[in-house]
Amino acid sequence: MTTKSFGEPILRKEDPRLVSGQGRYLDDLGHDALAAAFLRSPHASARILDIDVTDAIDVPGLIGIYTYEDLEGRVAEPLPLLIPHPALLNGRTGYPLANEYVRHVGEAIVMVIAEDRYVAEDVVDLIKVSYEILKPVVGIEDAKAAHNAVHSSVPNNVSAHSVKEVGDARAMIKSAPHKLSLDLFIERSACSPLEGKGVYAIWEEDSQELRLWSSTQTSTGVRAAVAAKLDLPLQKVECIAPDVGGGFGVKIMHPWPEEVLIPWAARKLKRPVKWSEDRREHFISSAHERAQEHHIEVGFDEEGRILGLDVTFFHDNGAYTPYGIIIPLITSTQLLGPYKPASYRVEFTSLFTNTVLVIPYRGAGRPQGVFAMERTVDAIAKYLKLDRTVVRERNFIQPHEMPYDLGLIFQDGRPLEYDSGDFPASMAMLKKMVGWDDFETMRSEYAAMGRKIGIGVACYVEGTGVGPYEGGFVQVETSGRINVATGLTSQGQGHQTVFAQIVADELGVPIEDVFVTTGDTRRFPYAVGTFASRAAVMSGNAIALAARQVRDKALRLAGEALECDPQDLEIVDGIIRVKGDHAKSIALKTVAVLSNPLRYAFDESAKAATQFAVGDTSKPPVPEDQEPGLEGKDYYSPMASTFANGMHAVIIEILPETAEVKILRYVVVHDCGRVINPMIVEGQIHGGVAQGVAGALYERMAYDESGQLQNASFMDFLMPYSTEIPTVEAGHLETPSPLNPLGIKGAGEAGVIPGSAVFASAIEDAEGFEIRRMPISPSELWELRRTMKENA
Amino acid sequence: MKPSRFQYVRPQSIPEAVMALQRHNSKVLAGGQSLTPLLSMRLASPDVLVDINGLTELSGIELRGSELWIGAIARHQEVLTHVLVQTHVPLIQQALAYVAHPVIRNRGTSVGSIAHADPAGELTAVAALLGARIHVSAQQGPREILAADFFVGPLESSLQHGELVTGVSFPVLDATWGSSCQEVARRHGDYALAGVCALVQVLDGQIMAARIAIFSVAGTPLVIDVIDVHEDHEKLNLKVQALIDPDTDIHATADYRRQLVKTLVVQALTEARVHAELRQS
Repeated sequence: MTTKSFGEPILRKEDPRLVSGQGRYLDDLGHDALAAAFLRSPHASARILDIDVTDAIDVPGLIGIYTYEDLEGRVAEPLPLLIPHPALLNGRTGYPLANEYVRHVGEAIVMVIAEDRYVAEDVVDLIKVSYEILKPVVGIEDAKAAHNAVHSSVPNNVSAHSVKEVGDARAMIKSAPHKLSLDLFIERSACSPLEGKGVYAIWEEDSQELRLWSSTQTSTGVRAAVAAKLDLPLQKVECIAPDVGGGFGVKIMHPWPEEVLIPWAARKLKRPVKWSEDRREHFISSAHERAQEHHIEVGFDEEGRILGLDVTFFHDNGAYTPYGIIIPLITSTQLLGPYKPASYRVEFTSLFTNTVLVIPYRGAGRPQGVFAMERTVDAIAKYLKLDRTVVRERNFIQPHEMPYDLGLIFQDGRPLEYDSGDFPASMAMLKKMVGWDDFETMRSEYAAMGRKIGIGVACYVEGTGVGPYEGGFVQVETSGRINVATGLTSQGQGHQTVFAQIVADELGVPIEDVFVTTGDTRRFPYAVGTFASRAAVMSGNAIALAARQVRDKALRLAGEALECDPQDLEIVDGIIRVKGDHAKSIALKTVAVLSNPLRYAFDESAKAATQFAVGDTSKPPVPEDQEPGLEGKDYYSPMASTFANGMHAVIIEILPETAEVKILRYVVVHDCGRVINPMIVEGQIHGGVAQGVAGALYERMAYDESGQLQNASFMDFLMPYSTEIPTVEAGHLETPSPLNPLGIKGAGEAGVIPGSAVFASAIEDAEGFEIRRMPISPSELWELRRTMKENA
Repeated sequence: MKPSRFQYVRPQSIPEAVMALQRHNSKVLAGGQSLTPLLSMRLASPDVLVDINGLTELSGIELRGSELWIGAIARHQEVLTHVLVQTHVPLIQQALAYVAHPVIRNRGTSVGSIAHADPAGELTAVAALLGARIHVSAQQGPREILAADFFVGPLESSLQHGELVTGVSFPVLDATWGSSCQEVARRHGDYALAGVCALVQVLDGQIMAARIAIFSVAGTPLVIDVIDVHEDHEKLNLKVQALIDPDTDIHATADYRRQLVKTLVVQALTEARVHAELRQS
C-alpha cells in the first residue's frame, strides 16, 4: 500500500539541493553577461537640471550610459498602474528612468552597462547630476499638511479616498451606553528578502526571441509586462523564475523599472545583460509597507459588545501607486477579524510621500487592521474591567453563523464572506495552551522575585487563496517519472514537496517519482503569481484536478489493456492492478507508453508495452476525442477567497531598569483547514512570527526630515537574528474549507499578522499604561515610562 | 556595492608587509570583518590592500612573561576558546561573548578590532581597561603603544601611516582580580548601545582596586577609577555620568544610554567581585 502523504510531515524535497549549495539564484546565472548599475537619486524631491557624463565616458570596460532621453517607444512611457480602483482618484507611476523629476531617494536616473559590475559602479561614481532641490513630503503628518506636493498635479497629496458603511455606525456609537476613542500608529517596515531583486536577459538575434530570468513572484506577469513594453509578441518572450531567495510581497510588483530596462538593453546591445540588486538599493528603491495612522470611535454595551465601530485611517503609499491601493483596502475589510460589530464605518485616505513606494508585505494591511481592532477590544476590556478574552468571545462570530457575510466587498471584488472557522474553539485552545486562566498566579510569583511580566492576546482572520485562477499540469513519462508544472513561482515555501504530496496521493505513486516545476513560462504559461497565501489553495487544487484527469485516463487505458472495468482498478506504488487480484496489473509507466502509440520501442517500458493490445482497431490509433500522452491539465478558479484564522498569545518579561522586552512564551493557534504538510505549515508560522516579532520590537524605516533613509543597511535596520526569536508553540485547529476540493486554506502570511497587536497587548498588560504606537524599542518604552511617571 | 579598484598584496614576511604599507593610501587586511563592508560601500577606497593572513608568525596566542600576547591574525573564535586566555585574562573571553556571531568570529581577528579603534568595540574597552600594549612594526623598527595613547577618537588611533600592528600584550591577572563585561545591544552580537567592563581586586574579602571602562558612549573607551565610590551607588553614578557624553540616534536616546550606563556599571562591578571570589575559591 502506498503510504498516504497528504497530511504527513514529509521532509522538503528541495532542501538537500538548497542547503548543499546547489541552488541556482539569479546572481548564479549569466557570469559572462554585461552588468548594469544605476545612478539613483540622493534627494527625496528634486528637478534634474543636467546630467554630465564627461568624466565617465572614457572608463575602460564601459558599454553604455542611458538616461530617460535615450529610452524608446513604450519603454519611455510611465510604468503601468497594475490594479486600478474607483477609489484611486489620482494614481501615479514613475518612469523606468526618472523623467525630469525624482520623487524619492533611490529613484533610478541613469543606467550604466559595463563589462562587469565593478566597472559599472566606477562609471556611476563619475557621472555628475545637478538638481534643483525641492522640499520633500515625509511621513503622514507632512502629507496631510500638504505644504508641499509630491506630484504637482495631485491636490493635497491624496491618491485615494474611500468610505464604506455597514449599518449606521455613527448613530449607533452616539446612542451607545459607553464610548471610547483611540489613536493608533504603525510605522514602516519592509519585506527584506535575503536575496534582492534581479534580472538577467538574453536576446536571441537570430530568432528575435527574448529569454529572461527574474527573481520574481510572478514570471507570467513579468513576461506579459515586458512583451508589452518592448512591443514583442508574447510568443517571443519567455520568463523563468530561478531559485528565489525570499519574496514576502516585494517581488509580486511587476514590472520593476529594471525588469523593463535590462531586457531592453540586452536587445539593443544584442548581448546578455544582468542586474543584481544590492542591499542598499533594495532598501531605498524597492518597496516598504505598513505606515498607517488610525482614529477609532467605538460604542459598546455593558457586556462589551460592540454596537458601532468607526475607523478613519491614513495610509502612506510612498511616491507612486503602481500596485494600486490593495493595502488600505485590505485593512478596511479585514480589520474586523473574527468579530461582528452591529455596525461598521471605515474611511481611508491614501497619501503620497517622497519615500519609497509601498506594496504588500506579508500580511498586507492586516497587521495594521488587527492592531487597530485588537487595541480597541483591549481598551473596551480595560474600561469595563473585564477579562480581555471575555470581551473577544462576546463579539465573536459563532460557528453556526458560517458562512458569514460581513456586508463588505473584499480585495478580489467579491463579497466578503467567511466560509469556515470556529473562533470560540480556537480561543479555548489558545487559553488552555498558554495557561491564560492561571496567569495571575504566574504574575504574582514573578512579582515576588521583583520581576515584571505581562500577557497579550490577538486574533485575526485572513482572506487567502485569492483568485482569479491557477493551473496545474501533470504528466507521466514512460520512465515512471511524474512531471508536474504550475505557473506560479516559489520563493522557498516548499512547493516542490506539497504539490508532490498531492500528486502522489491522487495518482498512487511514490513521492520520490514526482518532480515539480514552478514559475517557468515555457512549462506553464498561464498563471497569476505567488502572493496572498494562495499557492497551496490555488495551484494545489488545480494540480489535484489535473492529477485526477491523469488517473482517469490511466485507468481507462489500463482497463482496455487488462480487459476489465476501470472501476475495478486501483493504483498502488505506481502499479495499476485489479482490486482483489493483484496479479492482474500493469505499471503506470507502461500505460504511459500505451497512451502514446509511437512505432519505436525506445526503452524497456516500450518493450513491455508491446504485450498489451490497446484500443479499438476500427478507430484511429489516437481516437478523435483523445490526445496522445498520459497527461492532464486543469485549472482551479474559486467563486471567492477562503478565510483562514488564528489567535496568538505571548508572555513577556520587561526588565525594570532597561525596559528590554524578553519573550517567555509565544503560543499560536491556527486554522488553515486541511493541512497538506504540518511541518511546512509550522515553518510558515515560525517565519511569520519572526517577522511579527521584527515588526513589533525591531524593524522600522528611519527617514529623517529630508527623506533620507538613515538605516539602509542590515547593521541599522534591525532584522532580528535567531537569537531574538522565541520558540513558537503551535496548535492546529482544522475546519476544512467547503470552497475547494482539498478543503485547504492559505497559511503563508498567518504568523506575521497579529505581531504588533499581541506585543502591544502584553506590554500594556505588564506596564499598565496604554501602548498606541508600534514598533516600540526599549529606549522608547523607557522614555514612555518616564513620561507616564511625570504625568501621573 | 562593489569596491573600487585596488592592488592586492600578500606579503610573506613582516618586513615585506611593512614595505608594502609604505605605499600611498594602503590598508591592512586581516579578518576583513570591518574592512570588507567599508570597501563594498566605498566608504574606504585604498589603493593597496596588504593581506597579512600569510604571516603565520602572527597567528599565535602565547604567554610571554607576565603578559598574554595575541598575534594580529588570531581569530576571535580561537581567542574565545583558548585556555591561556581563559586562565590569565578571562575578561577577554567575557567581552568576546558579546562580539558578533560564529561566522564573523571565525574570520574576524581580536587584534584587528583593537587596531580598528571602534568606540563601540568590546575589545577596545578591554585593552584600555587592562592597559594593554599594542606592538607595532614600522620601517624605523618596532615600537609599542600603550592603549591609553593608542585610542585617539572614533575609528582613530595613534598608528602612523605605514605601521603594522603585529600583536597586543595584555597583563596577566592573578586570582586576586575579577572581571566582567556587561552590555545592552538591540540584537545579540550587535554593537552595544552602551557597555561596561569592570576590573576589581579582592584581597581578604576587601575590594582593593576597582576600575571600569565604558564603551559606546564616547569617542574612545573611558577608563574610570572608581575605588573611591564603588560602595556608594549614587556617588558612583554621579562620577560616571559626569564623564560620559552619549548621543541620541535612531536606536536610543542619550538619556536612555545614561540609564543603561547607570545599570551596567553596578552590574559589572558586582559581577567582577563575584568573579574574583570564584577565582579565589
